[in-house]
Amino acid sequence: MDILLFLLQLLTVPVLAPLCIGVIRVLKARMQNRVGASVFQPYRDLYKLFHKDEVISKDASWVFRFSPYLIFTVMVVIGASVPVITTLAPSLSGALVPVSFLSSGDFIIIIYLFALATFFLALSGMDVGSGFGGFGSSREMTMAALAEGGLFFSLLVASIAAQSGTVSTIVESLQTIPFQSYLPLLVAFVAFFIALLAENSRFPVDNPSTHLELTMIHEAMLLEYSGKRLALMEWASASKLLIFIALGANIFFPWGVATSFTLGALALSVPLFLFKALVFLFSIAFIESVMAKFRIFRVPDLLFTSFVLSVIALAIIITF
Amino acid sequence: MVFLLSPASILLIIALFFIGGVGALFLSRFSKDQGRLAGFWGHGLALLGSLLALTVALAVLFFGQGIVFSLPGVLPIMPFDFRLDGLAAFFLGVIALISSVTSLYGFSYQKNFYGEYSLGVFGFFYNAFILSLMLVTMANQALFFLLVWESMSLASYFLVVYEHHKEENIRAGFLYFLMAHFGAVSIALAFFLAYQVTGSFDFDAWRQFSGTMAPVTQTLIFLFALLGFGTKAGIIPLHIWLPEAHPAAPSHVSALMSGVMIKTAIFMFIRFFFDFFPGAEMEWGLVLLVLGALSSLLGVLYALAEHDLKRLLAYHSVENIGIILLGLGAGVVFFSLHLETFALFSLAAALYHTLNHAIFKALLFLGAGSVVQATGTRHMESYGGLIRLMPFTAFFFLLGSLAISAFPPFNGFASEWLTFQALFVGITSASVIVKAVFIFAIGSLAFTGGLAAACFVKAFGITFLARPRSAEATGAREVAWPMLSSMGVLATLTLLLGIFSTVVISSLVGVVASIGLTDPLTLRFPFMEFVTAREQFAHVLSLDTLFFSLAAVLALVIGGVFWATRSRKVVVGETWDCGTPLTPRTEITATSFSRSLITIFRGILRPTKQTATVYHDENMRYFVKSQEVTTHIHDPYRQALYYPLHTMLLFISSRTRRIHGGNVNVYILYIFLTLIGLLVWTTH
Repeated sequence: MDILLFLLQLLTVPVLAPLCIGVIRVLKARMQNRVGASVFQPYRDLYKLFHKDEVISKDASWVFRFSPYLIFTVMVVIGASVPVITTLAPSLSGALVPVSFLSSGDFIIIIYLFALATFFLALSGMDVGSGFGGFGSSREMTMAALAEGGLFFSLLVASIAAQSGTVSTIVESLQTIPFQSYLPLLVAFVAFFIALLAENSRFPVDNPSTHLELTMIHEAMLLEYSGKRLALMEWASASKLLIFIALGANIFFPWGVATSFTLGALALSVPLFLFKALVFLFSIAFIESVMAKFRIFRVPDLLFTSFVLSVIALAIIITF
Repeated sequence: MVFLLSPASILLIIALFFIGGVGALFLSRFSKDQGRLAGFWGHGLALLGSLLALTVALAVLFFGQGIVFSLPGVLPIMPFDFRLDGLAAFFLGVIALISSVTSLYGFSYQKNFYGEYSLGVFGFFYNAFILSLMLVTMANQALFFLLVWESMSLASYFLVVYEHHKEENIRAGFLYFLMAHFGAVSIALAFFLAYQVTGSFDFDAWRQFSGTMAPVTQTLIFLFALLGFGTKAGIIPLHIWLPEAHPAAPSHVSALMSGVMIKTAIFMFIRFFFDFFPGAEMEWGLVLLVLGALSSLLGVLYALAEHDLKRLLAYHSVENIGIILLGLGAGVVFFSLHLETFALFSLAAALYHTLNHAIFKALLFLGAGSVVQATGTRHMESYGGLIRLMPFTAFFFLLGSLAISAFPPFNGFASEWLTFQALFVGITSASVIVKAVFIFAIGSLAFTGGLAAACFVKAFGITFLARPRSAEATGAREVAWPMLSSMGVLATLTLLLGIFSTVVISSLVGVVASIGLTDPLTLRFPFMEFVTAREQFAHVLSLDTLFFSLAAVLALVIGGVFWATRSRKVVVGETWDCGTPLTPRTEITATSFSRSLITIFRGILRPTKQTATVYHDENMRYFVKSQEVTTHIHDPYRQALYYPLHTMLLFISSRTRRIHGGNVNVYILYIFLTLIGLLVWTTH
C-alpha cells in the first residue's frame, strides 16, 4: 500500500502532464472554430515516438544523448516534490509527512532544479552544431535568466507570507491567511504567471507550435531530436507545465488543497484542483488565441515587469 | 599528532617551500635539460609543503587546538608572531588544498615552458607565492603581515609577467603592480591608524583593546581596510587589474590567484570586522552588501561579454567575491543588531562560498589551462568539438560549470542557498533602508544565478560541443594524467561538498564560532554542539537525498526507456543542414551567443560595433568582398575614475616639477625652510 502511494506520488505529474497539452490544443482549436484532435492525442504522440527508430546527428556528443533522460528525471523528481492535490502524503513508514519526494520541497531547490534542466536543454541544442540549435539555446538562456527574477521573487513573497521555504508548508499556512495579506499575493501571482509563460515557452514569449526559424526558441533546441529522446523531451516539457500550474494554483489559490489524507478531503481537493488547472489551461489557450507573439527584444520588458511586480508585492508584504 | 600541532610543523612547511624555491633556482642554473628537473623540483616541494600544510590545518580544525608561537625578528619592532587559530586554519586549509592540486597539475603543465622560459625562476616565485599566501593567514603582527602581504603581491606579479615575451602580459603585470601597491598603501594606513589608537602593532593587542575609539578613526580604519583589501579581492570598481592579471599568469597560477589569493582579502575583512575591532556600525554591513550585489551582477555581465576563456573566468571571480561579500555584509549587519546566531550563519555562508569558489574556480582554470595547452589559444571562437578529443577535461569542466552556476546538488548551490537564507532574515528586519538593501542583494543574487548559467552554457557549449571551429581545435589532444587527476580531485570535491552540505555547514559554524575568543589555546570547535543546527538544516537543505533520488530515478528512466525501446534502431546521420554544407561558419559563435543578453543590458554594458566593409567594386557597392566586425564593451571605470585620477596626478607632478630649478642655492633654501618648519612644529 505504501509503495503504491509512493509510486502514485512519483507518477501523478508525468501521467497527467500530456493531458494538459491536449486540453490546451483542444481549447485553442475551439477558439479558432476547429474541432481539434482528442485531448488524448499527446499520449498517442508519445506512444508513436517511443515506437519509432531514432536518428542522431554524427556531430552529437554524449551530452545530446544523455540530456533527455536527465531533463525528464528532473521533472519527475520536482513533480513528486510539489503538492498537487494534497500537502500531506503517507511516507514509506506510514506516517503522514509533507508531500515531498525529497525530504524538503524547498522553493529555491525547485527553481534551481528547473534551471538545471534548462541548462542541459540549452547544451544539447548547441551540441549538434546547427545554427538553429545554437540560436535557440542563446535565446532560451536569455529568457531563462531574465525570467528567474520574477519567478524567484513571486515565490519568495509567498514564502515570507507563510514564514516557510517549503512549498507544502507554504500551501498549508496560506490557507488561513487573512484577506488583507492576500492582496500582495495576487500581485505576486501576476508576476508568477508571466514567469510561467516564459519558462514554458508559451505566448507571448515563444510559439510552441511553430517550426519557423525566426521565431522559435524551445522547438529550435529540439530540432535534431527524434524517436524516444524526442518523446522524453516533449513529455518533460509537458510535465514542467503541469508543475508550474500546480505551483501557481496551490500556492496563490491554496483553498481546498487537502491537508489531511482522508477520503473527504481528497474528494474535495481532486475536483477542485482539476477545476483550477482547467482555468490555468484556459487562460493560456486564451492568451495564445487572442494575442501575437512579442518581438524578442520586447520580451525583456515583460519579464522585468514581472520582476518589478513581485518586488512591489514583496515590499507590501514586509511593510505591513 | 603532537608534531602536527607544534611550531615545528609550521617551520617544516616554511623550510620545504624555501628548499623548493631556492633549489629550483639552483637546479636550473646547473642542469642542462631546459629546466625540466628544476620544474619538477619546484612543483614537487610545493606539493609536499602544501600537503603538510593541509594536514596541519585539518589537525588544528579537528582537534580544536591552535598553534601560537613567536620567533625573534630581525628588527625589534617586527617580531615574527604566528597564530594559527580556527579561522586561519580554515583559510590555510583552503590555500593548501588548492596549491597541492595546482602543484600536481604543474608537473605536466610546465612542459609548455621548456626552453622558452626559465623554470628555475618559475619554481622560485611559485614557492614564494604559496608560502607567503600561507603566512598571510598566520601572521599575527601588523608589520610582519605587511611583509608577507607584500611578498605575496610581488611573487604573484613575477608570475603574471612570467611569460614575458608577450607584450600584453607585461602591461597586465604593470597594472597589477600599481593596483597592488595602491592596496598595500591603504592597508598600511589602516594599520598605522590602529597603531595610533592601540599603541601596538600586535594583532593580539588589537583584539584586547578595550578603550574607546573616536568614530572618525574607526571609520577611517575600516575605510582604508576596505580600499586596501577590496583592491586585492577585486571588488568593483577596484577590480580593473583582475581580468588582466589573472589570465596572463600560467593557468595553474591563475587558479591559485583566482581561487585563493583574492580570498585572503575576505579573511582580513573577517578579522577586521569581527575579530580586531568588533562593533562596526550597521552601515558598514550595508556598504558591503551593496558592493557585493554590484560586484556579483556586474561581474557576471562582463563575463558574458568576454570571449577569452580565461578572462571570462576571471570576471566570474569578481562575481563570486560579490556573493561572498553578501554573506559577510549580512553578518556585519546582524552582528551590529546583536543577532549573533544569524551573524554566525551568515559568516558560515561566506566561508562556505569561499571554500566552494576556491574549488570550482581552480577546477575551471585548470580545465581552461588544459584547453589552452591543447589548442594553443585562449580565444573561444577557435574552439569547438573538444568533448570528443578531450573527453575527461570536458567532463570535469562540465562539473565545474554546474557547480559555479549553482545547480543542486553541487557545492555552489549549497553556499548560495545558505547566503539566500541569510539575506531572507535581513528583509524581516526593522528599518526600511535595511530592508531595501537586502531586497536589492537578493534580487542581484537571483539574477546572477540565471546569468551565470547562461554564461556557462556559452563557455562549455562553445568550447566543447558541436564541431571544431579551427585547425587548432581539430588537432587538440587530451592532456596528461597529472593534469587530469588534479582536475578529477577538484571535480569530485564539488560534488561531495554539495551532497554533504549539512556536515560542512555545521563545521563551518564551528569555525566562525571560534573567532572572537581571546585565548587562542582554548579554541572551541563545537562539532557536536551544532548537531541540532545540523538536523534543522538537514530537514531543509537535503542535497544528499536529492542526489540519491535523482540518481535512482535516472537509473529507472534510462532502464525503463531502454527496455521499452529495445527493438528500435538508432541511426547516426547528418545534422539538418537546409541543403548547405555545414561548416564552422554555420555554428553559433561565442559573440553571437551572448549578443541578445548584451543588447538587453546595453544600458550598463554600452556595446559598440564597428563594421569595416570591402566591396568588389567601390563605386557600385553591391557585392561585398569581405567584412570585419569589431565589438567593444564600454569600460566606465577607467574613463570615469582612473583616467581623471591619472590626469590629476600628471597635472600635480608637472606643477611640482617647477621647484626643481637646478640651482644649488635654491635647494639649500628648501632644506633651510624645511628645518625651520620642523623646529616650529616640534616646539609647538
